[in-house]
Amino acid sequence: MPSATVVRRVFKPALFVLCLLPLASLVWRAFEIGGTNLGANPVEKIQDTLGQWGLRMLLITLAVTPLRDWFNAPWLIQLRRMLGVFAYCYVLLHFLTWLILDQDLYWAGIVPDIARRPFITIGFLALLLLTPLAITSTNGMMRRLGRRWKTLHRLIYVIVLLGIWHYYWQVKADVREPLIYLAVALVLLGWRLWKVRRRLLPLHGSADRPKLREET
Amino acid sequence: MLIRRSRPGDSAAIRPSEITPESVYLNRRRLLQAALAVGVAGLGGAWAEPAPAEAAALEYKRNDKYSLSEAPNSYEDITSYNNYYEFGVDKGAPAANSGRFKPAPWSVAVSGECEDKGTFALEDLLKGHALEERIYRLRCVEAWSMVIPWIGVPLADVLKRFKPTSKAKYVAFKTVMRPAEMPGQRYPVLEWPYVEGLRIDEATHPLAILAVGLYGKTLPNQNGAPLRLITPWKYGFKGIKSIVEIRFTERQPPTSWNISAPHEYGFYANVNPNVDHPRWSQARERRIGRGLFDSRVQTLMFNGYEKEVAGLYKGMDLKKFY
Repeated sequence: MPSATVVRRVFKPALFVLCLLPLASLVWRAFEIGGTNLGANPVEKIQDTLGQWGLRMLLITLAVTPLRDWFNAPWLIQLRRMLGVFAYCYVLLHFLTWLILDQDLYWAGIVPDIARRPFITIGFLALLLLTPLAITSTNGMMRRLGRRWKTLHRLIYVIVLLGIWHYYWQVKADVREPLIYLAVALVLLGWRLWKVRRRLLPLHGSADRPKLREET
Repeated sequence: MLIRRSRPGDSAAIRPSEITPESVYLNRRRLLQAALAVGVAGLGGAWAEPAPAEAAALEYKRNDKYSLSEAPNSYEDITSYNNYYEFGVDKGAPAANSGRFKPAPWSVAVSGECEDKGTFALEDLLKGHALEERIYRLRCVEAWSMVIPWIGVPLADVLKRFKPTSKAKYVAFKTVMRPAEMPGQRYPVLEWPYVEGLRIDEATHPLAILAVGLYGKTLPNQNGAPLRLITPWKYGFKGIKSIVEIRFTERQPPTSWNISAPHEYGFYANVNPNVDHPRWSQARERRIGRGLFDSRVQTLMFNGYEKEVAGLYKGMDLKKFY
């Protein structure tokens, strides 16, 4: 197991750079560095890429706890906040791209779209729900909220499903990709459910099993 | 600079990224040369002599009456960003996955309510028809649009030769079925082969054309080579590609997107800013090639061809017949 210093000095900075790569690649392509570009429809490319990475980062964040359990790697938890905050950044940038580049801040179209188009409503709702999680991600907020912090942050289970639903609903015909996301989410959420069930059923909760950690 | 994409007509501002990579155009040229070698040369006077350098060039006249004055999108944009689900569902998939497709030799089976049925070689089908350039708007149902200089012949002229009977109320079209060359057909994203249809008065409208080329050259595979339908007042998905069958019918024929999602895609699929797609607005569209900012334009009734085609739909509730 890596020491706390290694996690803080090596893993975290490395992860930070890694998480920035999708965004950096968009910037490179927007400025056409190295002969790359965003293609014929750059707005759509930016919006799709940011949305995809928002969803991927949410799933990666959600994967931290199961991975810790499966590989007995408690240090992974130290990376979770950064992953979650990046997820929020990508989702927020995805939304801002829609607002500014896709809709040109055309409020007469934006407001009815949020209200009336279910896939946009769902996406917007997911962003709204994700916002308090990002705000309360600091140490100070964690201390202040105490036990309620954990309850609040369980919202991510709902948010991830809303995000996948949002994706599924805007696809025209080929739903394979959103269904892959759904499968991954169901495995990650299913693992948590299975752990809770194991803990609650006295028949299986025998004394030789190590007591489970407080779950998140 | 990041924001400004050069205007398509503005040749002084062509950037390196707009120029087709050599490997791509060499490949395209090889295919086109092969196409010519296999007998497209027999197309009559419409096709230029196969000169080695410009083998794919077509001989045509601009039809000014039916051409926009707007500058067309770049060849690069038109051939790298489009929907052709037979080659994959991403907008870049048709260009990436259509290299193995063989557009020649080609023939079209004509059947149904007409006197002259049979299978016609593409060159026979086009014989005697002068190729025209038509600069049309193309509006995708996904709310993006382009301006495209097609080369083709009026559909009405071609259909007339088969002598449709009085029972011919509709025309049905079918795309070729070749999963070995069209990887998208290996997945049931839509029901294959792709089918489309028009009412006979729509099909014989002077705006409807069968396109064989683009920017003065034969159609690249990704844009529906060697023969596709263009109905500029309708959403792009009506423009069925790589046509192998034309059938005159008495009843309204089934159409692929309507089969896939009947509440979202109707038989008519006329561009209409007042009738939204159930999941998104059709009031505005993104004009491809305008860069990052301010790329949306208002969508026009019948895609700007209202004057020409509105009469076809007089008295029809376009909210019901979307």
